[in-house]
Amino acid sequence: MLEKLKKNKDITNIKEHEKLIEIECDKNNILSLLKKLKENNDFIFNQLLDITAVDNPSRERRFDLIYIIQSLKKNKKLILKTSLKENDSIETITSVYKAADWYERECYDLFGIEFTNHPDLRRIMTDYNFEGHPLRKDFPLTGHTEVRYDDLEKKVIYEPVKLSQEFRDFDSESPWEGMKNNLIGDEKSEIQKD
Amino acid sequence: MKEVELNTTTINFGPQHPAAHGVLRLVVELEGEVVKRAEPHIGLLHRGTEKLIEYKTYLQAVPYFDRLDYVSPMCQEHAFALATENLLNIEVPQRAKFIRVIFAEVTRILNHLLNIPAYAADIGAVTPFLWCFEEREKLLEFHEAVSGARFHAAYFRPGGVHQDMPEGMEEKLFEHFKTLPKFIDDLEDLLTNNRILRQRSVDIGIISKKEAIEWGCSGPVLRSSGVAWDLRRSQPYDAYDQVEFDIPVGKKGDCFDRYLVRIEEMRQSISIINQCLNKIKPGAISVEDNKITPPKRNQMKKSMEALIHHFKLFTEGYRVPEGQTYAAVEAPKGEFGVFLVSDGSSKPYRCKIRAPGFAHLQILDNLSKGHLMADIAAILGSLDIVFGEIDR
Repeated sequence: MLEKLKKNKDITNIKEHEKLIEIECDKNNILSLLKKLKENNDFIFNQLLDITAVDNPSRERRFDLIYIIQSLKKNKKLILKTSLKENDSIETITSVYKAADWYERECYDLFGIEFTNHPDLRRIMTDYNFEGHPLRKDFPLTGHTEVRYDDLEKKVIYEPVKLSQEFRDFDSESPWEGMKNNLIGDEKSEIQKD
Repeated sequence: MKEVELNTTTINFGPQHPAAHGVLRLVVELEGEVVKRAEPHIGLLHRGTEKLIEYKTYLQAVPYFDRLDYVSPMCQEHAFALATENLLNIEVPQRAKFIRVIFAEVTRILNHLLNIPAYAADIGAVTPFLWCFEEREKLLEFHEAVSGARFHAAYFRPGGVHQDMPEGMEEKLFEHFKTLPKFIDDLEDLLTNNRILRQRSVDIGIISKKEAIEWGCSGPVLRSSGVAWDLRRSQPYDAYDQVEFDIPVGKKGDCFDRYLVRIEEMRQSISIINQCLNKIKPGAISVEDNKITPPKRNQMKKSMEALIHHFKLFTEGYRVPEGQTYAAVEAPKGEFGVFLVSDGSSKPYRCKIRAPGFAHLQILDNLSKGHLMADIAAILGSLDIVFGEIDR
């Protein structure tokens, strides 16, 4: 199977693990590639397991969109990765895998990735009228609003988050292991390594 | 323009409804009593688990998995432990593998012992509920004996299991699982040929083979549609390659088939547990590398190094090499997967949880079209929906 995947020009960067294949492709080819992977008799990846994204705010192509598909016949799992810029949209794959519907809605909700031609692109996980995309790295863990029941108004009201204690995110990472040697004035050690 | 008179009523089912198995809001469009459209609104139990995990070390992330599908806690820890072990590139010792398989199967029985009577209760039978809860309590005692907690065990950890089974546990398990088959027979006597149960579940909510695969179904839902697919067999993890078991498969894919598949799965689980109890040998229960698993308490009293390891593990945690992986287990509800991305630090960069119920709930609209309103309760019950894992 790996040989046949390598022949496909759309696919870049193939890695194989025991029962897992990782491939990458350009975002414009996603629909045609998945169609091939699903329908071609060499692959038959007939089940979509998951669609998710990873946010890397420091990169220009900020989002990695991940499709996890499975072939029940060949007993293989495949991770397909493609990357997107912040305002990029990508073609929906609901025409290939019906199950993609809710997974794409989830990606839209939590990351703000637009899927074009999606039949029903609404928020799914967060509250009605929610603002922002919680799984982006620049979204605070505590969120922006909190709710409480107001006894006077007799309804639940939304308010900006008030923390009785400042949000604490301790950096317990040890500076001694795995740190690059970048002490000021210690440039020589780097030169020696080169 | 032709005038069309719409004769439909739209009603709101939930978010608090005993047959919704949690907080599910359904907008149901009815024509008389026939369902035209049933649109699930989910997310009412969304707690942002995935976001929270990004701020916790790998060990601190484990308890979140108990709280996803709170009916089968240990199976989910299993998926996370496997994913982390994949990234760390470690292999757990044999004894830990067997303990994990035993308790994954205990959890599977626990899950089915809740789902089957809850399903029966949805369509009119109360007694099984009472019976099964007594039986569940006995199994939960094993959970408690081994981990200290009945539900939120945090027992399967990356690198092995938290502690060894207490002395005499193996015999107790063995004795208990001698009696359980009789209980399952009694339960079946009560339900399988019950006229009401059959009338309410045969030919209700049929999922064809093709649909089941297309919609990403897994577990008992996929198997009841006639697909003999079980991750324990096809992609064995831990000690599943050392045990033999049958995969029950349904014919039609209706609610009744799903019920029957679950009953048979419990019997297979008992057989798996018995095989494991015969094969399990004394030995280590976690990897011996103290950079990943904490040292024993008595070592810490004597060894400075052990004390340092302990301190480091519970403050900084362990660093996981950069990379991404996907690990899946056959949870009682279906394929439960964890997609884990590490950036080389001691906290996961991204942890996506693939919940089987999410995919199953998605086909509800398709399944309930044309059925009666009351069948929605039956279909929901047979899909084994738990909102902890769907909403995350």
